[in-house]
Amino acid sequence: MTNNTNTNHVDSFEKRKKKEEMKKQLISFALMIGFTIIAFIAVAADVMEPMFVVPLILILAVVQVAFQFYYFMHMKDKDHEMPATLMYGGVWAAALTLAGLILIVWW
Amino acid sequence: MSIAATQKRGFGAFLWDYITTVDHKKIAHLYLFGGGFFFLLGGLEAMIIRIQLATPENDFISAGLYNEMITMHGTTMIFLAAMPLLLGLMNAVMPLQIGARDVAFPFLNSLGFWLFMFGGILLNFSWFMGGGAPDAGWTAYAPLSTQSPGHGVDFYVLGLQISGAGTLMGGINFLATIVTMRAPGMTYMRMPLFSWATFITSVLILFAFPALTVGLFLLMFDRMFGSAFFDVALGGNTIIWQHLFWIFAHPEVYILILPVFGVFSDITATLSKKRLFGYTAMVFATILIAFLGFMVWAHHMFTVGLGPVANSIFAIATMAIAVPTGIKIFNWLATMWGGSITINSAMLWTLGFIPSFTIGGMTGIMLASAVADYQYHDTYFVVAHFHYVIVGGTVFGIMAALHFWWPKMFGRILHEGMGKLTFWLFFVGFHLTFFVQHFLGLMGMPRRYWVFLEDQGLDTGNMVSTIGAFLMAVGVVIFLINVFYTWAKGNKAPADPWDGRSLEWAISSPPPYYNFKQTPLVRGLDPLWVEKMEGKGEITPAEPLGDIHMPNSSILPFLISLGFTIAGFGFIFQVDHSAYLILVFAGIGLALLSMLIRSLKDDHGYHIKKEELEREAD
Amino acid sequence: MSHDHSLNPETMPQEPEKATLEGRNKFYGLWFFLGGETVLFASFFGTYIALRNSTAGGPASTDLFGLGLVFAMTMILLTSSLTSVYAMYHMKNNDFKKMQLWLAITAFLGLSFLALEIYEFTHYIIDYGFTFRSSAFGSAFYTLVGFHGGHVTFGIAWLMALMVRNAKRGLNLYNAPKFYTFSLYWHFIDVVWVFIFTVVYLMGRVG
Ligand SMILES: [Cu+2]
Repeated sequence: MTNNTNTNHVDSFEKRKKKEEMKKQLISFALMIGFTIIAFIAVAADVMEPMFVVPLILILAVVQVAFQFYYFMHMKDKDHEMPATLMYGGVWAAALTLAGLILIVWW
Repeated sequence: MSIAATQKRGFGAFLWDYITTVDHKKIAHLYLFGGGFFFLLGGLEAMIIRIQLATPENDFISAGLYNEMITMHGTTMIFLAAMPLLLGLMNAVMPLQIGARDVAFPFLNSLGFWLFMFGGILLNFSWFMGGGAPDAGWTAYAPLSTQSPGHGVDFYVLGLQISGAGTLMGGINFLATIVTMRAPGMTYMRMPLFSWATFITSVLILFAFPALTVGLFLLMFDRMFGSAFFDVALGGNTIIWQHLFWIFAHPEVYILILPVFGVFSDITATLSKKRLFGYTAMVFATILIAFLGFMVWAHHMFTVGLGPVANSIFAIATMAIAVPTGIKIFNWLATMWGGSITINSAMLWTLGFIPSFTIGGMTGIMLASAVADYQYHDTYFVVAHFHYVIVGGTVFGIMAALHFWWPKMFGRILHEGMGKLTFWLFFVGFHLTFFVQHFLGLMGMPRRYWVFLEDQGLDTGNMVSTIGAFLMAVGVVIFLINVFYTWAKGNKAPADPWDGRSLEWAISSPPPYYNFKQTPLVRGLDPLWVEKMEGKGEITPAEPLGDIHMPNSSILPFLISLGFTIAGFGFIFQVDHSAYLILVFAGIGLALLSMLIRSLKDDHGYHIKKEELEREAD
Repeated sequence: MSHDHSLNPETMPQEPEKATLEGRNKFYGLWFFLGGETVLFASFFGTYIALRNSTAGGPASTDLFGLGLVFAMTMILLTSSLTSVYAMYHMKNNDFKKMQLWLAITAFLGLSFLALEIYEFTHYIIDYGFTFRSSAFGSAFYTLVGFHGGHVTFGIAWLMALMVRNAKRGLNLYNAPKFYTFSLYWHFIDVVWVFIFTVVYLMGRVG
């Protein structure tokens, strides 16, 4: 099929690379869990002003989602230029939709 | 599986072949047939509207029926005529232009068509059952649409939901096809403008249709399941519908116009025997129009009362779209400048398009001015504007494309004389019908009104408009005669009747079902022209002759669509009696079962053997 | 071209999900679909945010939402995202058994999530009388969260079909893209949930 240079040497290199990749995945998972816990505590503790806590949990969500996309879904890897382009296109259309429905429905 | 076996068989076999086909060229035929059918239906509705408005205080049809006519005319023309005709052209031409043997998802392609077709049929069943067709306007504003009695709006909701899902699949299919299946050397910046337009249009479909999907769900839940999205008494808000609808429907008008921009670009270059002027600018203008097209939806809502800040932002964004559109107009003119122009039917439609569409664009700028829009809003000025862009743009473009690619799609050339007659009748009729409507609107004639009063200065204008509509109808009838004449005894088309520039003209008319015997090697923009200039006249293959992989036909897309349509009827009538829920379960069951079969049964397709290809004469 | 797509360590490409044209098409097609889904859910979120205070005298978000259950649901779904990452890791190592095991865990976590969601909805309906028809807020809440739940349900059904169909024959270049596209879809469901727990539940508590 593709490159048939499957010597043992390459194999072990590939294995190492995948292990390395898996480690990154675990770190991103840990961070995602961490962000989630921070967000829940920030709300449950009920000590911060809504003005402050709402942007905080939204930022935590966005960062967590970025991890999900770039690491779990491999958007950082090659061959993902088109998926990333259209994903950002979707986010752009989504942002406009949200802006419309949040800002100019009640006034 | 050989070609000879698929010909010369009975009508039943012919029908079965089309119902199960996954070949993009046959699906194109289906789209053109289906879209053409609904175009005639929508045209008939238009004629009834114009007859009703021919004289003051006419009572040709009742007020209620008139509301159903205007609603169904708009809905049919946008969703069931213009879009499918364009999707048909894309299916027929785009894979050939990029040098592909097939599309990325042949099965989904077929499913997309059948969902559209069944959705359209479901919508039109409203004429015969459930107390009349939808009557809340093609925009179906709440609370008019939530209050509308009978099942009309229910048919609107389900019909559009089903056909919209089909369109979304078509869009994703085209996107994946262009990303993965371009021939060697066919870089993005060597794609013909029609293929570029297909790509950008598919992006618009992908991002615009979900908003409609959600809007339709909300309307469906409110009408059928007692939710309160648009019920002000329970805290609902009707403006949400307007936003969701226009977040979809403004990009939708670019879904209708960008493909024909591509059509005109290809036709202008080919029939002027010149390379397209400003290719790169044309590509980026297309992208820019698509990008801006998402930021302007609220220009349909200036009179809602969004406030001066929101209105100003949307007014300016709307006016900005004139810039890339103007770039395109000038590039077409510059392409023709000094070219050796062939004036045939396809070119006539192109030449007619430029001034007509420019008038529509100009009134668009007028409407974009939020302060002036308070005067124009909901008058015939708006009706005139959008018919100038949708008829003067999209319909002219579809007609141009049909005359241009008919030989490639059907193997015969449309009769030139009848083609020119169609153009002149339609062109004159079109301007008679709609030019005068600008002034009717400025004089204060509101849109969607059943009658107008005598001696208010509206009589002559409306009569002229109706006469124009009849001229357009005669033009369409002559085109139909042309189609039948060509089918029966038209001239057989050569592979390259217009001295073409792009890959579709390098293969026979109509193309073999595998398109390219050997995948072509693209060596520049206008690849066929490059080869002609180097004296070869034919495309260099990128690979030696080998087996060709083909997908298998399948009845499942038809069954899935049928299932959802049955469920649609169930949803509509379960409001009256819960026994109709059986239809919901049976329909969705059929659809899910068919999907499961698709998922569990491996479908590797089949191969056309190299020897078989060699046997076929070149 | 050979018809035999089955894999062994010698013929294993580095990215089995993108080794064939069909695989690449599925890969791109699903990604593009997710781009459209982004707008779909944005429309639901926008509607929800516009109507979140339209309680019409009925229960409001501050009365309803408890954080414990939502935290548990969140942890379950986030973990299921990681387990599907593990499944894909083993797919790339051509270890079919382990892949199936991790996918089974993913499906189990998905089902647990669904069970909790059903419990949550019945709790609101029975204990608070808070339904789809109570108010515009109720309609928007059940629609947004329900559509996410529907996506989870569909994902589980899809996964089950894949696992059962391929249980006996192992991994090959024909089904590897199917598993991979499923995992992309599943991650996206998780992404949507991150915004649901933030916008609906946490912001609903803040008021
Ligand atoms: Cu608009």
